[in-house]
Amino acid sequence: MSEIVISLEKVNKWYDDFHVLKDIDLSVVKGQKIVICGPSGSGKSTMIRCINRLEAHQEGKIVVHNTELTNDLKNIDIIRKNVGMVFQQFNLFPHLSVLDNISLAPIWVKKMPKKDAEEVAMSYLEKVKIPEQAQKFPGQLSGGQQQRVAIARSLAMNPDIMLFDEPTSALDPEMIKEVLDVMVQLAEEGMTMLVVTHEMGFAKTVADQMIFMDEGRIVEQAIPDDFFNNPKSDRTKLFLSQILNH
Amino acid sequence: MSSAVINNPLLRSKTGIWLKKNLFSSWLNTFITLVSIYFIWQVGSFFLSWAIFDADFLVNFRGEVILDRTYCSKNIEPGLHGACWAIIDARFYQFMYGFYPAEEVWRVNLTFLLLPLALIGIFFDKLPYRKFFIYFTFIFPFIAYYLLYGGPTLSQVGTNKWGGLLVTLFLGVTGIGLAFPLSILLALGRRSQMPIISSMCVIFIEFIRGVPLITLLFTANVMLPLFLPDGISPDNLLRALVAVTLFQSAYMAEAIRGGLQAIPRGQVEAARSMGLTYWQSTRKIILPQALRISIPPIVNTSIGLFKDTSLVLIIGLFDLLGIGRAALADMSWIKLYYEVYVFVSLVFFIFCFAMSRYSLYLEKKLKTDNSQ
Repeated sequence: MSEIVISLEKVNKWYDDFHVLKDIDLSVVKGQKIVICGPSGSGKSTMIRCINRLEAHQEGKIVVHNTELTNDLKNIDIIRKNVGMVFQQFNLFPHLSVLDNISLAPIWVKKMPKKDAEEVAMSYLEKVKIPEQAQKFPGQLSGGQQQRVAIARSLAMNPDIMLFDEPTSALDPEMIKEVLDVMVQLAEEGMTMLVVTHEMGFAKTVADQMIFMDEGRIVEQAIPDDFFNNPKSDRTKLFLSQILNH
Repeated sequence: MSSAVINNPLLRSKTGIWLKKNLFSSWLNTFITLVSIYFIWQVGSFFLSWAIFDADFLVNFRGEVILDRTYCSKNIEPGLHGACWAIIDARFYQFMYGFYPAEEVWRVNLTFLLLPLALIGIFFDKLPYRKFFIYFTFIFPFIAYYLLYGGPTLSQVGTNKWGGLLVTLFLGVTGIGLAFPLSILLALGRRSQMPIISSMCVIFIEFIRGVPLITLLFTANVMLPLFLPDGISPDNLLRALVAVTLFQSAYMAEAIRGGLQAIPRGQVEAARSMGLTYWQSTRKIILPQALRISIPPIVNTSIGLFKDTSLVLIIGLFDLLGIGRAALADMSWIKLYYEVYVFVSLVFFIFCFAMSRYSLYLEKKLKTDNSQ
């Protein structure tokens, strides 16, 4: 029996009057790769941002590694150390070199000596295949390279869960592959991953579970085979036909 | 176009082309240019002959050393001569040091000499051995206090004896230096999620910005002793310093808040998602970026403050301008207004112009840094 690392129970969230998340139930098993898709505004980004408390939920329960997310800052810090996140806009720190971007959190959060942290940083830069860019600044890199640095930066904290919030949506088409390759490699190594993306090719290769969200609800959750070939809800069918046939 | 014009080497040179394009492109432009040149020539030549060519420096036109106003050439032959700068020389000591005892004045000079050393580390980030300059910046205030005010082995010189440029620089530099950390806290506080902290900062900033500096100076002068325990009566200069610091911190806080707002939200989110605490992400990620952006407005308010320090003369302190006005009241130099005011303006101008140039240099540097 596999260990449940993330569980959401009856999670509700509002932005003022707007009900973004409606009764979300989800449990993620260690090593599972879940791909979340859905139209914009469906709450998929908000959902994964709740998992490391970049957004606070108002009702329900979110438990990560047996630690419940509440207003308790200590719990939030514990969870953030174990949950990495990759953003659509990369969010690299423009005033720091690539190496400093990656070694910053190990130095300040894990209190690692600078030299060790830089070795860790270099090893992850090699993993994402751009060790030669270590001394450059983010502004000097291409979008794909920046996103790979961002992935390396998250990995340097040695998290056991990775959240990806539309990691390829801000990239030019020719750069998407280099980022997806890194993510596929990560999946093969057994990382627990929650990925918000519309890259259905990636979803088919990597996902254990597909989730379709619409209007703040999880409309459909299935294994990729059923999800793509035999979707149950009409909303999912419509969405899939729109995104697969363009 | 006639061949004479085409062959004219002046009109084909770079300057020639620039002149034609910018100053003489049409009849109207030519007319405006000529009028402007005439105007500049009139004002400039009048000023230069008044200030330099027809002026007395240390001796008058008869070659006598100027001892008081009656020796000034313009008072001997009215209407024929320019400025009489001897008043500046006669009062130079006061302009620089106020009433600081002459035998101790080396202490002020030493402080003036050390000041650039304390500032250089902050101003230039590519300086070799910058770390040591920055260390010096932090110990400089204590050295300066010891030198100027006195302490073990140095006799005490009360601030009532300080004056002139010493007071202007003391208030300007210390005010800006103390206001800087305070303003960072205020700017961060104003953006805080915690309602009590943010409303306290808003009230403080808005209150200070809504009140003229003169009012603050009066308030500090009269009210500060009321807040302190009996028997402790801070001296006038300290009261002025408190007012100036609070005033400057409110304005600087708004400049820094502008910089903070320019940082995309994703920067904080990325930092926090990696487990950095609020203070860590503020210190390592947000402030380095925000302060870079806010440097021009910070320098701008600092220039403003530097000039505003002259308002302390209304609470009885003798800054540069205060000393100037005291000099004018002296019977032996009476009526030499222009010389004194021009000199005081010049000194203020030198400092403010330097700050303004530095700000421009930084803006240029930031542009190249960002285009990396």
